[in-house]
Amino acid sequence: MAFLEIDGLKKRFGNVEILKGIDVELEKGGFLVLVGPSGCGKSTLLNTIAGLEQITEGEIRVDGRAINDLHPSKRDIAMVFQSYALYPNMTVAGNISFGMEMRGVPADERQKAIDKVAKVLQIGHLLQRKPSQLSGGQRQRVAMGRALVRDPKLFLFDEPLSNLDAKLRVDMRIEIKRLHATTGTTIVYVTHDQIEAMTLATKIAVMRDGEVQQFGTPAEIYNNPTNLFVADFMGSPAMNLIPATIATSGNALSVVLQREQREPITLPMANAPAGLSEFQGKPIIFGVRPEALTDPEGAERNASNIATADLHIEVVEPAGSDTFAVTNLGGKPVVARLRADANIQPGTRTPLAFNLTKAVFFDPTTENRIR
Amino acid sequence: MSSVATTQIKLTPERSRPSVRSRLQDALPKLVLAPSFAITIVFVYGFILWTIYLSFTNSKTFPSYVITGSRAYQRLWGWTFDTDPPSSWYTSITNMGIFGFLYIAICLALGLFLAILLDQKIRGEGVLRPIYLYPMALSFIVTGVAWKWFLDPGLGLEQTLHQWGWTSFHFDWIKNKDFVIYTVVIAGVWQASGFIMAMFLAGLRGIDGEIMKAAQIDGATTFQLYRRIVIPLLRPIFLSAFIVLAHLAIKSYDLVVALTSGGPGGSAWLPSNFMYEYTFKRNEMAVGSASAVIMLMTIVAIIVPYLYSELREKPR
Amino acid sequence: MSAVATPARQASSGISSKTLNRVVIYGLLALFALFYLMPLFVMLVTSFKTMDEIQNGNMLSLPHAPTFAPWIKAWSEVCSGLTCVGMKGYFWNSIKMVVPAVLISTLLGALNGYVLTKWRFRGHTLVFAMMLFACFIPFQSVLLPMATILGSLGRFGVTLQNATGFNFGLGNSTVNLVFVHVVYGLGFTTLFFRNYYEAFPTELIKAAQVDGASFFQIFRRIMLPNSLPIIVVTVIYQFTNIWNDFLFASAYAGSGDVMPMTVALNNVVNTSTGVVEYNVNMAAAMIAALPTLIVYIVAGRYFVRGLMAGAVKG
Repeated sequence: MAFLEIDGLKKRFGNVEILKGIDVELEKGGFLVLVGPSGCGKSTLLNTIAGLEQITEGEIRVDGRAINDLHPSKRDIAMVFQSYALYPNMTVAGNISFGMEMRGVPADERQKAIDKVAKVLQIGHLLQRKPSQLSGGQRQRVAMGRALVRDPKLFLFDEPLSNLDAKLRVDMRIEIKRLHATTGTTIVYVTHDQIEAMTLATKIAVMRDGEVQQFGTPAEIYNNPTNLFVADFMGSPAMNLIPATIATSGNALSVVLQREQREPITLPMANAPAGLSEFQGKPIIFGVRPEALTDPEGAERNASNIATADLHIEVVEPAGSDTFAVTNLGGKPVVARLRADANIQPGTRTPLAFNLTKAVFFDPTTENRIR
Repeated sequence: MSSVATTQIKLTPERSRPSVRSRLQDALPKLVLAPSFAITIVFVYGFILWTIYLSFTNSKTFPSYVITGSRAYQRLWGWTFDTDPPSSWYTSITNMGIFGFLYIAICLALGLFLAILLDQKIRGEGVLRPIYLYPMALSFIVTGVAWKWFLDPGLGLEQTLHQWGWTSFHFDWIKNKDFVIYTVVIAGVWQASGFIMAMFLAGLRGIDGEIMKAAQIDGATTFQLYRRIVIPLLRPIFLSAFIVLAHLAIKSYDLVVALTSGGPGGSAWLPSNFMYEYTFKRNEMAVGSASAVIMLMTIVAIIVPYLYSELREKPR
Repeated sequence: MSAVATPARQASSGISSKTLNRVVIYGLLALFALFYLMPLFVMLVTSFKTMDEIQNGNMLSLPHAPTFAPWIKAWSEVCSGLTCVGMKGYFWNSIKMVVPAVLISTLLGALNGYVLTKWRFRGHTLVFAMMLFACFIPFQSVLLPMATILGSLGRFGVTLQNATGFNFGLGNSTVNLVFVHVVYGLGFTTLFFRNYYEAFPTELIKAAQVDGASFFQIFRRIMLPNSLPIIVVTVIYQFTNIWNDFLFASAYAGSGDVMPMTVALNNVVNTSTGVVEYNVNMAAAMIAALPTLIVYIVAGRYFVRGLMAGAVKG
């Protein structure tokens, strides 16, 4: 039995179904990230776990106990909000201890708990300040302190880093990861940033339009997306999704990619997924991540299935740690990721290696993965 | 068997307790709002219906609940200047027309004019603005006492100018039944125009400075800038100011009482004064109620569309 | 030569027309300042003059021998109708009416605004619209039923008095006026707080809920401590409106020693027995004006904000 279990959860506002039957599980000490574009229902799902919104159908269990009828304060959860939601009229210490005060914890115990959390988060010198006197990063710490001090069963984070600038966001991301590793708490975390999802999560639920598109570990989500949406949403730069057709040469399948003003490329598939044989002569979507399309010297040595083709380079983007090259296949721009020092010029024709073991295929009508 | 029974007994209260409590918690906000809402329903809407009802009865000194049809309304409208005595109701609504039109028009014009003057980077704006606005903090009764004195031919402005040597100056509007309503306009404008100025000034300050710069670069003169760019942008303020003034004008009661005590022969009456006099002094309760209903309808015609558009736009 | 001269001339004429502009603008502004100040000025100087000086002197001249006698007479001796006990009793009547009415209507408005923004339910807009509309009705349309109800309650109070020795405030004019002002002030106070709380971050309420605070704890510990500006606005607005009210006061406490200040002032000014003592009348008017005038001088900024909030929603 998992620690957090969400079963067939539905949420309706009038006739509009916001959440259309969510099933998610998380083990104790796990880190679940709900990720998706805005309006996908991820924040609503978090609010229903917190009890800030009522559910229409289904059940939410924590540690085997159904909590969906309980008031938020009775669920043994703590929450960090996007705007931090620090009470402006109270000091930092007052903010951190307000929840304990509401539960009737005696003053000396509250003080002890405040001191402990202040030490963990290094905010001891801020305790007597008001939130308006704090910087963004400090507010973020105080908001986490308010959650930590409660020592709850479940931590909920609602886009906690989206109000910070880029550098601070990376620092706080590491901080949260370290906190999770040292305290071993169970966390549900909402974000629209897929990098946060990949770096923090032990489990990711990719959501769209009130449905979970895929639920799995970050590696599963990244390497084995179940549909076009997940493939496109996760990863930066995004996966190249190229319209292609399937051809047969002998009893082996191959992928045919159209090039501009030149004959198509044919990539032989040594270990094509079984489902692909039904698509002979039909259009499919061929998915390959930028790092699986690279200069032949940079290609993975131990990959079993590598095909090389000459491609016309349109744009070169040196990004410091890597160099990205843009070409055009099947009528769409395609990004290849090369070594930083790769010698490549725009307007030239250059051989690039496809790592076909990492390639995935999608049915263009159902948008589902072909397995 | 027994263990099954105990679990069932334990289960039932556990499942029902939170739902009762949460139901109470759900209802609490509504319970808190309920008294205020109930008060509004009874003492505003209920009383309005009651007044409407009374206007169709034969109530005189005391409320009567015998419906006698629209007699009160017929008395109001069938009674003209030609009847004897001439109609106080016609005087009241004529006055309302004169007062309402002049009061609103002058307040809007003066308020906008002062706001534009004050917006010219004036040194001492902080002193001038409160001076223009303070009359709004005073009671109409106090204002009336001051203006009554100021406009009195024997004591105020006329006498002062006589003393200064302008002996032919003559200003007795406050004692003249054909002009007394204009003195009400003067005092009313004095009281409210500063507030309208403040509304326009807030509107002017809210206009994006870059639009003004762009218009200046386009070669607009100051006059063109205000006529073509600024005043059209102030349209919502005009609407709000009109609503405020219209509703102040229809409610005006104290000013007439304090400034003119109703004027010679009730010549300064507004519908509000008519209502009060007929209801509480002349024992014509049904007629008084009918006049109150007509006042209410006028306000409804102005306010309801305004509120509707204001509240509808908001959620978007 | 001419090419150099032309811009110079333009510049100089530009400067002079600019100065002229400024002179005209400042002149107009000063003129209007005089227009607005005149009545107050006349009232103030007259209240410090002797009757002799009023009859023989100029309305606008400063008092030759300033005297406080009219103020003292207005406070403790002036006649309203046939009773000559000064304004002081009526002043306290007004205070006793204004303070509870302002406090109650402000508190209810705050609670209503809190519910209407943070605990929304189906139909909350309609409820708010109905309460808001109450701000705009001409009070003439409720004057008579309220008089009837207050009359019946007064008679019931007498019965209670006879039966239990205590009338529970029924039939007391001050209690009546407090009630009336609370009822018809609710729309405004609710409007003020609703618009203020509309912009108040809802995440704070969610955080407090997770922290275990109840409906009233959130209100007392989170909402109220962060509402000071709107409380000041509401209190000032209600104070000014209720203090200055004449219609309800004259309808429900229009005579005798229960009159509030405005009614008493009107009676004093219209008392026609003997010589009209203009200086005393003006002093009485000043006494009636002082509380709101002081509030305006001390916190004018908030007063204006309240007026604006009442006029321009959202």
